[in-house]
This record gives sequence, structure tokens and C-alpha cells, in this order.
Amino acid sequence: MLRMTSRTDCTPREAALIRASAIILSLTAASVFIMLQGHNPFSVYLSMIDGAFGTGYRITETIRKAIPLVISSLGISLAFRLRFWNIGAEGQIMMGAFGATFFALNFGNLPAPVLLPLMGASSMICGGLWGAIPAYFRAKFKTNETIFTLMMNYIALKWLTYLQYGPWKDPGALGFPKIPGFPENAVLPSFFGLHIGWIIALILVAVMHVFVNHTKRGYEINVVGESENTGRYAGMNVRRVIVLTVFLSGALCGLAGMIEASGVNRTLSVEITRGVGYTAIITSWLSALRAPVIAVVCILFAAMIQGGTFIQMAFQIPQSAAQILQGMILFFVLGSEFFIRYRISLIKSAEGGIR
Amino acid sequence: MDLSFFAAAVVAGTPLLYAILGELITEKSGQLNLGVEGMMLMGAVAGFKAALSSNSPYIALIAAMTAGAAGAIIYALLTVTLRANQVVAGLTLTIFGAGVASFAGQGLMGETLPSAMKIFFSDFKIPLIGDIPILGPVFFNQGILVYAGYILTIAAGLYVYRTQTGLNLRAVGENTAAADAAGINITLYKYVHVITGGILCGLSGAYLSLVYIPSWQENVTSGRGWIAVALVIFCKWNPYRVMVGAFLFGGLDIVGFRIQKYDYNISQYIIDLLPYVVTIIILIIVSIRKTHTGSAPASLGISYFREER
Repeated sequence: MLRMTSRTDCTPREAALIRASAIILSLTAASVFIMLQGHNPFSVYLSMIDGAFGTGYRITETIRKAIPLVISSLGISLAFRLRFWNIGAEGQIMMGAFGATFFALNFGNLPAPVLLPLMGASSMICGGLWGAIPAYFRAKFKTNETIFTLMMNYIALKWLTYLQYGPWKDPGALGFPKIPGFPENAVLPSFFGLHIGWIIALILVAVMHVFVNHTKRGYEINVVGESENTGRYAGMNVRRVIVLTVFLSGALCGLAGMIEASGVNRTLSVEITRGVGYTAIITSWLSALRAPVIAVVCILFAAMIQGGTFIQMAFQIPQSAAQILQGMILFFVLGSEFFIRYRISLIKSAEGGIR
Repeated sequence: MDLSFFAAAVVAGTPLLYAILGELITEKSGQLNLGVEGMMLMGAVAGFKAALSSNSPYIALIAAMTAGAAGAIIYALLTVTLRANQVVAGLTLTIFGAGVASFAGQGLMGETLPSAMKIFFSDFKIPLIGDIPILGPVFFNQGILVYAGYILTIAAGLYVYRTQTGLNLRAVGENTAAADAAGINITLYKYVHVITGGILCGLSGAYLSLVYIPSWQENVTSGRGWIAVALVIFCKWNPYRVMVGAFLFGGLDIVGFRIQKYDYNISQYIIDLLPYVVTIIILIIVSIRKTHTGSAPASLGISYFREER
């Protein structure tokens, strides 16, 4: 007879081992799925790695895809620390991109050193507010933030659609519904062959690590996340902590939107996020909300996405296969956490089950 | 506005009705499954594919229910057996389901459903009650799945409030430890109701792809699964109220489409926002006037482990 007991003695090493075996198991399970499609899983995985890291260009592409993922995962992890289920990153990225585009289109004649910070600030405010609105209601009335933030995604999407097909439609595009390209001043400069978003992302990872672990504000977030009552008892303004933290969470996602619009697309469109806001939920959870781990996991996920586009060409496996794979990995890792928290032991005696 | 608007609102509300009922039954057992959207998408694509290949509406519906149930089983394994975080497990199910639907839905775009579907799901008037003025044309001149929705709603209400198992179910959702002590098989109850919820969500998706749209498009659900999760709160976890919530939102869903006829100077995209904005407003209102009777099952979202009670 099997018996479960909870455990607290799981060392970080063991936990990492359990998670790693979960990832290997998920890849094994995915192999079955690949074989059913009539491909050799090994060659598919190998060419995914080749597609993501095979040449200098591919590595650049992988990192380019990792940048918005890292920044939004950092944002989401902050809200998740509060047990605030911010699944509105998608909308916050869109609103951030909107805020940046507003300045890029209307103040394109400003010099880049003035315009780019303006765009950055505007994107952070727009994204932040998009997060702070649900946070305010959650803090004040305990309104369900999961659904609230998700509905905000759809509102942002419809808003961008409205702009793209309406007021911001490029008159020079012969009726094709697209927003005009950014002027040169509004495009992020490059550094080592890639827009400087990668430096911003690296700095943010370091700042976030210090902020969460070594500052008073970061400590408050951790306390309120563990128990709002404890925070209140310790004299913290719980409502303020929630609203400000989620504002910050949304602001980071907004910044990711600005970087995508300015550094990669050089315009705004309804496809700006490419699902980053949802993928970032997976990556920040897999990283156990820890900033340095987020950087690593996001690069791996970006590699999976980049490798996914590669195998699409090589094996005619559709891009959505990468999405299924991501889901499967998270399923396995989620399930594996059980073995970190509980121990299963075999009981030999017959009466062992009931006492 | 004419009666056809209300009849159309019932049609548009029916996918919501199935999804809300599914999530409500799931939540009654204390499990918060945010994978509704994912299970709906899986059901939608499975139903559509099965309809194309089998030409049988029954097989299409069974395929959709199986797909929804499969999603629910993954969720139940993770959250009931392995005690994983319910919010994250549900979100992952949604992401996974969207991936599965877009993977399996490749090449389905533009395919037309066999005529057997159209015949099976077409509207028919119920004798006698179909002739009642106003109510008849709105509610009783509909397709088979709409009628099945009415019956399921009432059956769910009777089940939850008038049967012993329903009482046990509520006990599991309210106070799992007490229900466990009373000898109720917690794991069994949770599994059965999570899977029932998945089956209903699969049906909801099939209604979209087979009857409501009826063709294949990427992301057929467009957030309806999430609206359904919100409407469970609006319905105060009472199955009888599900019809009100579903048909009200069905109306909101089509009002934009209808309003175009009248040539008001409002952008289509702004009207499209209505269901989402109203969902938010309802969430806020419900959270402000939180009453005891209208609150969630007390153990909702909390994993149960016998040793830790």
C-alpha cells in the first residue's frame, strides 16, 4: 500500500534534479507525439538545437526572441510573488507598445536621446496602468484579478485593432491596414549586431535580483505574498504594496512592448506580442520566480520557439507544435513539484493504511 | 428590437451556457479549473474534425466530449492527485489546448461541414409550448443543443440541491476535511466533477465550431471560456442562474453585429469591447457586494492533503 507523507527536507540539489528529470520526461513524452507524426524525435530535437544555436545569425535571432520574454517574465514574477495572478501581460505589452508608438508617430522629429527615453517612460506608464487598474480593485474589493487582467488583454487587443484599422492607419499603404513605420529617431540603436534591448534585459535581471532579495520594498512584496495579514500586522500598507507592485509588473511588460515595437518591428501592429505574454507566465513559474533563473529559462524557451520555426521548414511540423511542447513541459514540471513536497513510501503491513 | 434578436441571443449564449455549467460543476468540488478556454478549443477542433471524417453528428459530439474530458483528466491528475497549483495548471491547460487546436486545426480552414450536421442541428419548434407568444419563438424554436442546454441546466440544479450526491459534492467543495471525515471519497468526487466539467466545455467548443460559426477558424472561442469563468461568479455558483448569465452575454455578444444595421456612428471595434468590459464591471460589482450566500465554495482552489488538515 502506498502512503504519502509531506516532507520539508528536500535540498535545492534534489529539487533541481527532480525538475530536470521532469523536463527530460516531458521531452520523452513529446517524442512519442513526434513519432506519431512520422518523424525521428532525435533528429527533430537536434535540428531544433541547430536551428536555435547553429550559426551566429541564429543565436542572435534566439536572443532577439528571448528579450521580450525575459523582461515580461520578470514583470510577471513580481506580481506572482504577491500571489497576484497577473495573466494580463499580453495586454500590458500591447499598451506599452501603444504608449511608445504614440510618441514615435507624433514626436518623430525629436532627437533620439530625448525621444527614446520618452517612449520608454510612456510605455511603462501605459503598461503599468493597465496592470494597476485590476490591482486597485483586487486590493480594495478582492475582485478576481485573474479574469480581470485577462479581460484587459482583450480590451487592449481591440484597442490596437481599432487604431490599426482606424485613426492610425497608414494613408500611404494603399488601403492596407497597417500603422506607419517609426522614423529613424524612434528605433532602438544596435550594439553587437542586436538592438540594445538585450543590455536592458540583462540590467533588469540584475536589478530585479537585488530588488527582490535585498531591499525593503522587495521584502514587503515577499511578506504580503506569503500572508496579507502578516504584512498588515507588521504595519505595511498592503493595498499600496499590491497596487505599486502590479504597476511595476505591468510597467516591465509595457517596456517589453516598447522594445519589440521600436527594436524589432519598427511599427505597431496587433501581432506585436506573438503570445509572449502567455509564454512568460510559463517561464516565470518554471523559474520559481527567481530572476537569474528566468534569464536562463527564457533563453531556452526562445530557443524552442526559434528552433520551432526551423523545424517547421525542415520537417513541415507546424509552429503550434512548439506551443504544445511548452505546455507539456510545464505539465510535467508542475506535476514533479509534488515529489519535492511529498514523499511516497511503501507500507508492507496490511493495517498500515488506516489508523 | 424584434424577437429575432432575443432568439439569436439564446443561440449565442448556448456555448457560454455549457461552459459555465461545466466550470460551475467543477468549482462545486473545490477545483478551480482555468483551462475552460483550452478544453473548449480542444472540443471545438475534435468535434469539427470528427464531423468531417465521420459525417455523423453523434460521433462529432462524442469526439468533442472526449477531447474536453482528456483536458480535464490532465488537469485533475495534476491538481487532485499531485496537488499542483490550480491556477497555474489551468492556465497551462489553456495554453496547451490552444496549441493542440491550432495544430490539429491545420488545413481545416475553409472546409465545409457535411449536410448531415446542418440537418441534425437545425431549428425545430417544440409542439404546444413553441406557440406561446414571445417565449415560443425566442426559446422553443431552436436547435437540439439549445434544448439539451435547458435540460442540463435544470438537471444540474436538481442534482446539486436535491440529491444526496449533490449534497456530498457541496460538502467536498465547502469543507473538504469534514467531507473526508464523513467518509466521502474526496478524490473520486473531484475527478468525476472535474471530468464532467471538461465534457461540458468540450460540448461548448463543439457548439461553436459545428453550429454557431459553423466552420473552422483559429481561436474560435475568442475569450468565451474566460467569460464563462467570470460568469460562474456572476451566477453565484447556482446552476439555475446559469441561463440568465449565458443568455444575457449571448445578447451582448451579438449586439454589435446587430447595431450596424441602424447605422449609428460607433466603431465596430468599440462595440466588440462590450462583453469584456461588462464582464469586468460585473466582477467588480459582485466583489463589492459580497454576500454570504453568493460566495464561492469555501475550499475553492485549495489543494487537499489529508495529513495537513
